[in-house]
Amino acid sequence: MTKPKVPGLFKGLGVTFHTMAVTIKPKKYGGGAATVQYPREKESPPIRARGVIALREDNCTACMLCARSCPDWCIYIEGHKELAPPRRAGGAPRKVNKLDRFDIDYALCMYCGICVEVCPFDALFWSPEYEYSEPRIADLLHDKTKLGEWMETVPEAPELEAGAEKKKK
Amino acid sequence: MTASLLAVDLPYWAQSMFRVLGGTVAVLLAAGSIVYLFLFKMMSFMQSRLGPMEAGPYGSLQLFAEVGKWLQKEDLSPERADKRIFKMAPLIVLVSTFLLVAVVPFGPDDYFTNFDAGVFYMLAVSSISVLGILIAGWSSANKYSLLGGLRAAGQLIAYELPMVLAVVGVVIQAGTMNMQQIVVAQNTGEIFGWGGIGNPYVLTQFIGFLIFMIAVQAELTQAPFDMPIAESELVSGYMTEYSGFRFLIFFIAEFATVGVFALIASALFLGGWGVPFSWFGWDSIDSIDNWMNVAGPLIMFSKMLVLAFLIMWVRFSYPRFREDQLQRFAWKVLIPLALINIMFTAVLKVML
Repeated sequence: MTKPKVPGLFKGLGVTFHTMAVTIKPKKYGGGAATVQYPREKESPPIRARGVIALREDNCTACMLCARSCPDWCIYIEGHKELAPPRRAGGAPRKVNKLDRFDIDYALCMYCGICVEVCPFDALFWSPEYEYSEPRIADLLHDKTKLGEWMETVPEAPELEAGAEKKKK
Repeated sequence: MTASLLAVDLPYWAQSMFRVLGGTVAVLLAAGSIVYLFLFKMMSFMQSRLGPMEAGPYGSLQLFAEVGKWLQKEDLSPERADKRIFKMAPLIVLVSTFLLVAVVPFGPDDYFTNFDAGVFYMLAVSSISVLGILIAGWSSANKYSLLGGLRAAGQLIAYELPMVLAVVGVVIQAGTMNMQQIVVAQNTGEIFGWGGIGNPYVLTQFIGFLIFMIAVQAELTQAPFDMPIAESELVSGYMTEYSGFRFLIFFIAEFATVGVFALIASALFLGGWGVPFSWFGWDSIDSIDNWMNVAGPLIMFSKMLVLAFLIMWVRFSYPRFREDQLQRFAWKVLIPLALINIMFTAVLKVML
C-alpha cells in the first residue's frame, strides 16, 4: 500500500509537536521528560545492571582465571601459599592460597563481565552501584578491601525459574 | 527612527549611533531568543528532555555561559590556510545579516532606511553570505570544508531563485518594492472588498509564502537542507576549521539570519508591524497614532518568533535531503511553481 507523501510530512511534524507538548506538561498529569536531572534525582538501575564488580575475598583462591581472561588486563592478583590446619586430626596440613593483592583498575575495565563469568568459586559479583567516579584517575584502582565493600551493594540473586536445573554443590 | 519618539531633532551622528544600536539589538536579541527558546529549549522538549537547566532559572543564562566558553577558546587557524581571508570569512557572513536588517521596518517611524528598492536590496544583500561561506570553505585548506563550501554555494544559488520569484508575487500585488509601503499596503488592503483584517499576503500569496519559507530554510542551511554543514559526513563543512570566537560569529550569524529572515517574511507576508488600519480608524501611514512606534517592534518580534518557530520546528523534524534531491526540488518544483504563481498574480492584478 502506497501512502501519499505529504501527509507523512505533516505526521512527522505532529510527532515532534506531540513530544514537545508531553514534555512541557507537568509530571502529575502524566507529562515530563524521559530524562532525569541526575545529581538531584537518581535513576535506580535494574538489579542486574553492570555497575561495579564486587569481590568476596573468602571465596577467592587466587587461581588467576579472571586475570588471565580479562581482555584489558586490568585485574592484578598476587598471592602466596599457606599451611592451614588439617581437616581431620592427624592429617597432613592443607595448602591454601592466600590473597595478598586483588586490584581492579576501573580506568581500564570495559565492563565485559568475563571475570565474573569465569570465576569458578563465586568470588566475583556484579553490583548495580555506579557512583564511584574520582577526580584522580589513579583512584579508580580499587583494591581488595574496596572491592570487598562493594559486596554490600550486590543484590540477592533472583529466584531460579520453576524447573530450572539446581546448581550442584 | 528614534528622533520622532523623543520629539527632538538629533544630529546626524546621534541618529547614526541610534541606528547602529538599534540594528545590533534587533539582530542580537532575535538571535539570542531564537537560540535559547528554540535551539536549547524547544529542541530538547521535542526530544523528550529538558535541555539546559543549571545556568539561571530554567537555564536562561546558558547562552552567556556558552559565549564565555567560546571566547576562552584558542583562535586556531590551519597551517596552510589563507590566513587573512580565513579570518575575514565569518565577518562577511555576519555583516550580510546586519545589512539585511537595514531595510526591515519596525513601525511607522521605526526604520533604519525607508528605501524604495528595499526588496531588491534585501534579495541582493542576502546573497553576500554565500561569498563568506565559499571563501571560508576555500581558505580552510581542508577538503571537507571545501566540499561544504561548494555545496553551500550550489544550494544557496539554487534556492536564491525561488526566493526571488516568490517575493515577486508580493511586489506585484503591493505595487511597490518599498518594505514600508508593502506593510502599509497589507494593512490597508481588502480581500474582495472586505477589509476587516486588512490583506496579509499570506492569504492571497499562500503559495508564494510557502515557497519563500522553504527557500529561506535552504538559504539558512537548516535541516532538511543542511547538506553544506552536514556534520555526519562533512564534519560541519565550511565551519570545520573554525574555533573560538570565529566559530561563535558563524553561530551567531546563522541564528541572527534566521531571525532577520523571519522578520522579512513577517513584513512581506504577515502584515509586518501593523495592525489593520481600519480597526483604529486610520486611513494612511500619516494618520497613525504615535504609540504604534512602540507597539510595532513588539508585534514584529512576536511574528518573528512565530515564523522562527516554524523554521526550527521543520528543522528538528525532518532528515536531511540528498544533494541531487535538493537540487531537483529547487529547479523542478519550486521554480516552476513560483513562475506559475507570478503568472496568476499578474493576471489577477490586471483583471481585478
